[in-house]
Amino acid sequence: MTKKDTTNSGRRGFLKATAATGVAASAPMFFIKDGHAAAHGGMNFRNNPGKAKSIKLGFNVPQTGAYADEGADELRAFKLAVKHLNGEGDGGMLNTMKPLALKGNGVLGKKVEYVTGDTQTKSDAARASAKRMIEKDGVLMISGGSSSGVAIAVQGLCQEMGVIFMAGLTHSNDTTGKDCRRYGFRHFFNAYMSGRALGPVLKKEYGTDRKAYHLTADYTWGWTQEESIKQTTEELGWKTVKTVRTPVGAGDFSQYITPVLNSGADVLILNHYGKDMINSLTQAVQFGLKDKMVNGKQFEIIVPLFSRLMAQGAGDAIKGILGTTNWNWQLKDAGSQAFVKSFGAEYGFPPSQAAHTCYVQTLLYADACQRAGTFYPPEVIKALEGFNFDGMGNGPTEYRAEDHQCFKDVLVVRGNPNPTSQFDLLQVEQIVPRKQVEYPPTQFGCKLGPYKV
Amino acid sequence: MDAILIQILNGLDKGGAYALIALGLTLAFGTLGIVNFAHGALFMLGAFGAVSVQQLLTISKRVKDESITFFDAYKEIPYLEIWWGDTGRMIIDYAVPISILFVIPFMLLIGVLMERGLIKHFYKRTHADQILVTFGLAIVLQELVKAYFGANPIPTPAPAVVSGSAPVGAFFGLGEDLVYPWWRLIYLLASGLIIFAVFAFLKFTTFGMVVRAGMADRETVGLLGINVQRRFTIVFGLAAVVAGVAGALYAPILPPDYHMGMDFLVLSFVVVVVGGMGSLEGAVAAGFLLGILQSFASMNEVKSIIPGIDQIIIYLVAVVILLVRPRGLMGREGVMED
Amino acid sequence: MSLKNNLVVMLLFSAIVLSAPWWLAPIGANYPDLLQKFAIFGLFAIGFNILFGLTGYLSFGHAAFLGVGSYTAVWSFKLLTMNVIPAVILGTLVSGVFALLIGWLSLRRSGIYFSILTLAFAQMSYSLAYSVLTPITNGETGLQLSQQDPRVLDAMAGIVPTEGLPTTNLFGMPMSGYSGFYFCAVLLIIGFWVTLKIFRSPYGLKLTAIKSNTMRMKYTGFNTRPYLLSAFVISGMFAGLAGSLMAVTDPLAGAERMQWTASGEVVLMTILGGAGTLIGPLLGVGIIKYFENIFSALNDSALRAAYDFLPAGLADFLTTVTSPFVGEGWHLTLGLLFMLVVIFLPGGVMQGISLISRFLRRRLGMAGESGGAS
Repeated sequence: MTKKDTTNSGRRGFLKATAATGVAASAPMFFIKDGHAAAHGGMNFRNNPGKAKSIKLGFNVPQTGAYADEGADELRAFKLAVKHLNGEGDGGMLNTMKPLALKGNGVLGKKVEYVTGDTQTKSDAARASAKRMIEKDGVLMISGGSSSGVAIAVQGLCQEMGVIFMAGLTHSNDTTGKDCRRYGFRHFFNAYMSGRALGPVLKKEYGTDRKAYHLTADYTWGWTQEESIKQTTEELGWKTVKTVRTPVGAGDFSQYITPVLNSGADVLILNHYGKDMINSLTQAVQFGLKDKMVNGKQFEIIVPLFSRLMAQGAGDAIKGILGTTNWNWQLKDAGSQAFVKSFGAEYGFPPSQAAHTCYVQTLLYADACQRAGTFYPPEVIKALEGFNFDGMGNGPTEYRAEDHQCFKDVLVVRGNPNPTSQFDLLQVEQIVPRKQVEYPPTQFGCKLGPYKV
Repeated sequence: MDAILIQILNGLDKGGAYALIALGLTLAFGTLGIVNFAHGALFMLGAFGAVSVQQLLTISKRVKDESITFFDAYKEIPYLEIWWGDTGRMIIDYAVPISILFVIPFMLLIGVLMERGLIKHFYKRTHADQILVTFGLAIVLQELVKAYFGANPIPTPAPAVVSGSAPVGAFFGLGEDLVYPWWRLIYLLASGLIIFAVFAFLKFTTFGMVVRAGMADRETVGLLGINVQRRFTIVFGLAAVVAGVAGALYAPILPPDYHMGMDFLVLSFVVVVVGGMGSLEGAVAAGFLLGILQSFASMNEVKSIIPGIDQIIIYLVAVVILLVRPRGLMGREGVMED
Repeated sequence: MSLKNNLVVMLLFSAIVLSAPWWLAPIGANYPDLLQKFAIFGLFAIGFNILFGLTGYLSFGHAAFLGVGSYTAVWSFKLLTMNVIPAVILGTLVSGVFALLIGWLSLRRSGIYFSILTLAFAQMSYSLAYSVLTPITNGETGLQLSQQDPRVLDAMAGIVPTEGLPTTNLFGMPMSGYSGFYFCAVLLIIGFWVTLKIFRSPYGLKLTAIKSNTMRMKYTGFNTRPYLLSAFVISGMFAGLAGSLMAVTDPLAGAERMQWTASGEVVLMTILGGAGTLIGPLLGVGIIKYFENIFSALNDSALRAAYDFLPAGLADFLTTVTSPFVGEGWHLTLGLLFMLVVIFLPGGVMQGISLISRFLRRRLGMAGESGGAS
């Protein structure tokens, strides 16, 4: 690619000799001062492994705070992915991923190592942890996260520092919308897709004449989900009675549930996630909303974004409730089965959707490096952009080049009315095909920014 | 009309919860003068008392689920159900009420141990030291619970008979939409009873009289040859019991997780201080006041006039009250003012 | 050569701070971000100590000033220029005004009532910043720079916008990495000089007198309010400066910076290190930030590597025993540490240090030259 970058450098001949696409001028100042570029040979980019025998990846997950269990599951998946990349264990999805460039001997012949950090589900802590990984441990890629605010904050940092970010669980439209970044990639689906996928199922189950009442977590993710779901349901012909914002971490939601009772609404949509969702759903059911009859219709509760861990926390309250999810361990395709098998053999229980997306992201990054033949971020980014793959548990999937969002089928699930085990909490209601949830890349105002930083 | 009535009921319910949490804190904090940042952790321990009893009752026979081949999955059938059938199932259903019987002695023990082992040495230390040591203790307790139970909330349902909602409106010949969950009504009733019991204990027993005298003037009471120290230990134990029972009863409303104590900590301090230091009545009054105001501030009609009011109402009221009344609602002079 | 001499203290302090990248290397804390955090939170804590350490007024809402400083600085980057000087000055001043307002109201009360008032103001700021004030704060995501920001001063100076986001700079010198640390370090040294002056001035003495006996001060006809208010505003400005430095080294400002847990953190740092001492708060900052950033990142494989020199069986045993205390268990270790320090050292870590030095001095038979920082 860019030749002009190499011309102003004294290391011109050296850089050319590496035959790859070098960039010297844009590296941060102190980096050049340290003389890494010369010492490690080849291209000048942050944390260039050079001739080292191994590379490091950074896994930044919540280890304390409300999402600690989800973070622990993500970490398990990351460790498994590293094992498989290094050719240990049964190989998991490396046996099913198509196309596949990885050989099971690390990445580009280098062994994969990892470092971990605690995001505490706070933007500042997550950025501090990511900076430590980049500045101290020298990681090439950062992955993880359990909240959109944190994902967006870390993604912005990674762009500034020139390190690739493979987002974990983040569902806000903004992650690959107005806050998208060239160095950030998201495999997980988003709120808009949840709305699109739910639409037809809601129409079939609850009809076109409904009155919806939204309770929405009062922050960006909640707002984007409320907007997306509202748009979908209003297209079905539903009326929106009221949208109410609730403070994050309110604990007791009763004062927001009581006004629902005589609002005339016959559907309650809970745009909450994690602990908030567990609490608001548990309490809404205690107020008898599940057994209520309004306007001659059965009152219904909808939770647009689900996870198995949340279903576990909500207990019986989740039974029969509709929602969407990125992936579920009971899927029967070869990729899902291979992953569940090796995860189950390693840890003794099935993986969550957060674990799945993190595992897949790690493999995708490694594979992109292998295909690009380099760890040089702009080339790796290009290898990921527009990449079509299959066998990773979601059917044929595309990493859209314009906004770095994965497009794939979306699962509509229902809380299992008769679970046979503690893992059997969700049943897949419908697999909504990818084309039903697609949207133009410009819709959420994504401008990716430059390849070189 | 119904909308207002149900919000009043909701406010009372919230107020009951706040008052109960604040009552335990004010016994230790407002009267013994110990800034107990571990009070939230005691509340959390009570809730996990309910979780533990539920888990004990549901110790299960594990039958391998042959339909799942990827890992060892088990179908779990509680032994109680195998042995006693429907009776066993009913006992499990009543796990939360049963747990109260265990939570009371357990929390009393925790409270006494905590006072004897740690707090006792901090009566004469600065408030800053008290904060640091109790905050450290809270973190340790919290992390131990997390290590054993995980970070995910654990559903702890109320007995099936009271898991739905009561047709309160129909009782009084009002609208059908005026319903309220049975368990929350029980919580309101229980908090009233506990508050009453604590007051009666302190007002009408000799023990309580000595404690109150000791709070007012510890030295003089000590000079009279009364062992104030031992009584303070018991008061601290009582505070732990109140916190624990409040937690256990709250478990069906808020599935317990290890962090729930911290979430309530700030709120309980605000309630106690708004009520006024050294005043049990003040804490209870402030609890109900803040509960009702919060409930009203969350009404859509109010929120549309002042957006965001529901998020700050508690703090706003606290500021106004503390600026208008120097020692909160009913605070005594000279308690924690320096 | 005595620690009574301000110049000696300042020279010593500057040497220690500026050489931190070197002497922190053995414990793995010498990378730019953590060094910056040490300096920034150091400023926050020594500022907090002016109020709490001297007057005994325990504010539980200082994080609000930190947040205001951050927001102001990021807005300065968005509207005016990427140069950090206006951001730092504006951040400090706006926080000062905010502190004046809150202090003026809160200082009508003392003791726990004062603490709860400051807590309430900070929590209101946090809740509003998180939700209703999103147009100003960008809510949960945090206030970020964008390509479209006007940056009028930069535009007037003829600085052409780059393709990517611009970086913060001091007249062209980037404020990330080590240069960012040295900028923060210089401000920390200046801040430390200010606190030293305050501690050793008649003004500082009067503040200490308020702590020991407010009543007597009042009876002697001494009006304490102006002293308290000025101390409150100064410490609020320190917090604002720290907040704006957070934005300088990393141009993003989030609401959670204002939450009560953040206020609580600086309280814990100060008490842990030793409230009322000059150096104590800095030690507290060092310990807590080190735990948060280094201890939390240790995992089993890192532990095993650390015990590598031991026989295999012992190394495995030690790994098993210590792993619950590091990584995701770092909170547990921190909690235990709080308890141990306060049980055995009522004056925080500083007391431990003075105990050791007194002990050594006696052992070495040196004449009892009373030293100590406070």
